[in-house]
Amino acid sequence: MHFGPHLLLAALEGLVTSAVLALTALGLSLVFGVMRVVNVAHGEFFMLGAVLAWAISTAISDHPALGFLAALVLAPLIVGLIALVAERLVLRRLNYNPEATIVATIGMLYIIQQLALTFYGPEARPVEAPFSYRILLPWFGYSGYKLSIIAASAFLLIATWLVLTRTKIGLVMRATQYDRETAQAFGIPVERVYAGVFAFGAMLAAVAAVLIVPISQAHYLMGQDPLLLSFIVVIIGGLGSLRGTVVAAVLIGLSDGIISVFFSPTLAKIIATLLVAMVLVFRPQGLFGTSSR
Amino acid sequence: MTDKNGFFDLSKTSFTRRTALKGLAAGAGLAVAPGFVRYSQAQSSAPIKIGFQSHRTGIGAAYGRWYEKTTAAAVKAINDAGGINGRPVEVIIEDDGTDPGRGAEVVGKFATQHKTDIVYGTLFSHVVIGSAPAAGEAKIPYFVVSEGHHVASTKLNRYVFQPGITDVKSQIQSMAPWIAANAGKKVTQIFPDFAFGYDHRDYLPPALKAQGAEVIAQIAIPPTESSFTKYFPQIPAETEVIYHVMVGPAVLTFVKELGEFYGSNRPQLFGFIDSLEATDINSPGLEFLDGSHFWEGSPRYAQPDDSPAQKAYRAAVGIDDNGAAVGDPKDVSTAAHMFGCWETLYVVKKAMEDAGYKGPEDRTKLVEATEALTEFAEGPEHPQGPKTFNGKIHQCFGIQNISKVEGGRLNVVHKTKIEDGLYEPEGDYTTQAL
Repeated sequence: MHFGPHLLLAALEGLVTSAVLALTALGLSLVFGVMRVVNVAHGEFFMLGAVLAWAISTAISDHPALGFLAALVLAPLIVGLIALVAERLVLRRLNYNPEATIVATIGMLYIIQQLALTFYGPEARPVEAPFSYRILLPWFGYSGYKLSIIAASAFLLIATWLVLTRTKIGLVMRATQYDRETAQAFGIPVERVYAGVFAFGAMLAAVAAVLIVPISQAHYLMGQDPLLLSFIVVIIGGLGSLRGTVVAAVLIGLSDGIISVFFSPTLAKIIATLLVAMVLVFRPQGLFGTSSR
Repeated sequence: MTDKNGFFDLSKTSFTRRTALKGLAAGAGLAVAPGFVRYSQAQSSAPIKIGFQSHRTGIGAAYGRWYEKTTAAAVKAINDAGGINGRPVEVIIEDDGTDPGRGAEVVGKFATQHKTDIVYGTLFSHVVIGSAPAAGEAKIPYFVVSEGHHVASTKLNRYVFQPGITDVKSQIQSMAPWIAANAGKKVTQIFPDFAFGYDHRDYLPPALKAQGAEVIAQIAIPPTESSFTKYFPQIPAETEVIYHVMVGPAVLTFVKELGEFYGSNRPQLFGFIDSLEATDINSPGLEFLDGSHFWEGSPRYAQPDDSPAQKAYRAAVGIDDNGAAVGDPKDVSTAAHMFGCWETLYVVKKAMEDAGYKGPEDRTKLVEATEALTEFAEGPEHPQGPKTFNGKIHQCFGIQNISKVEGGRLNVVHKTKIEDGLYEPEGDYTTQAL
């Protein structure tokens, strides 16, 4: 294959990775930014989204598009509910202590994963894409659905950004992130904000999973890679920074796509990890993060 | 955080040194009590215990489930016919998570805790390679159904056998002439990046070269990979045949993305059915596979010339004419591999009867009796076909099927002969001490 088309394919693959990664990492970043909780179970919320998408689209089997749309709406809601319960039962009891919540979310990771294994099973199950249009380029074919993931993700990211910057909910969230105690003094129900943010973070991961599941199947171990990549993105972009998360996701996704097409996927992972190390050494607050006060 | 309930306060524990010593003494007493363990095994009607190392979870889960179904069916058939040496067979299953580390632990557990007579049933080659030393150390016969070349390479040990399924080297050697003659001369290989894939990587190029064809590119993909399009540009444009073999939970994604990439304008495809095992070939997006060819150990779809033994075997395991579970057409089996479980159990039965096997003290006799086997005739015990067995390399040899995707099913278009897959032994296990 010639260099031009080769690069095009690499960029397309990279953009799809970026799109999913940006949503997943944004959830992780919000939870850390607002609550100062490192949610190690974030990848499992991603997995739950995919598994629920399978369950919902199998239950509604009239038309693949109908089942998928239902999954796109319902799966994140259910995952958000589960996250809400987890927040009430676990994180709040620990008083959001940073160290304790790391251990607790590691526990949640295993509990969710094993429950999925018990009730969903160890198989990888496919979810049919809502449409299966194949875009025929002169050099190779490409899935139209994959391109639609990029569009859907961009739409969701813009919507999230609008909510964070233009609504009262966003204002309250930013106030809590900036200074928890002052926010509380001004009558902001901090605990409710925390619960909402945790659920919203999990929902973002779930949406990302529903979008990706028609091209990668639902499996109980699928949460590991997104978790790792999300951490990489969040560290590079700067914890709690929406802009940083998106920029880092595009950077990591594109470099992953291009490096793994031209060289090898292992090299892509090596370079991403190296980048994290460099950022931690030279700019610990991340590319767009503000240094801690 | 404060320790309100005193969980971590050691001074509050009621577990004293004295109770610990008492417990130790009681445990030691039980262990040395005369005949505590041996008594139960000396009884001639006690069941023969087979430890089944199953891939219940992890990337091999689909295989594990069907290996369990096949094993249950074979054990039922054996027990209904009077068991082994008049004793019933009992299968004890432990999950190895398709993980080599856990595999070795499971073998140890079978040997020391369950005290099974043998260990059996492993598929994934990295698990076999990881577990074999544990079996050799415990001196417990280890019958695998793995397909990899590692047993026959004589790099494992004298306690490891593969009598129920042929190995990759033999499969490739017997099919290479067909590939070169019918599919094309310039071959690109796509294979999983671990032991099983390396067998394909190492043995296909010489086998094709002998037929005047060549491998022009080799693409290794990690078995846990979930997205494949990024690998496809490495396929050279002059490729005439893509030889693909993938494993793991993402096989459907692999073939789908291959289809998206090429569409109908594709090179010839020759795949190991592993790329689609436990997956419906009529899944949306797989239409491009029509006309391509697959290796199958045992055909997934019922064939017009199926022997009565093959029909009886399919009915016993519970798969329909399309190779899916009876009553659930979506639950597609791993038919190309799982017959090996059925056949291996009958080899174990034969060897145990030849050895006059009574219990774990006869394990060395069982090893020697298995090594003495030479031939398995086609029939109810060996429904896939006739086989020969080389006791020196602990490996059986049999026929291979090449099937074509036509009208949404796989039709066998070529069967190889046993002789096609024979090769010079690379060593001799029987020279190793028992």
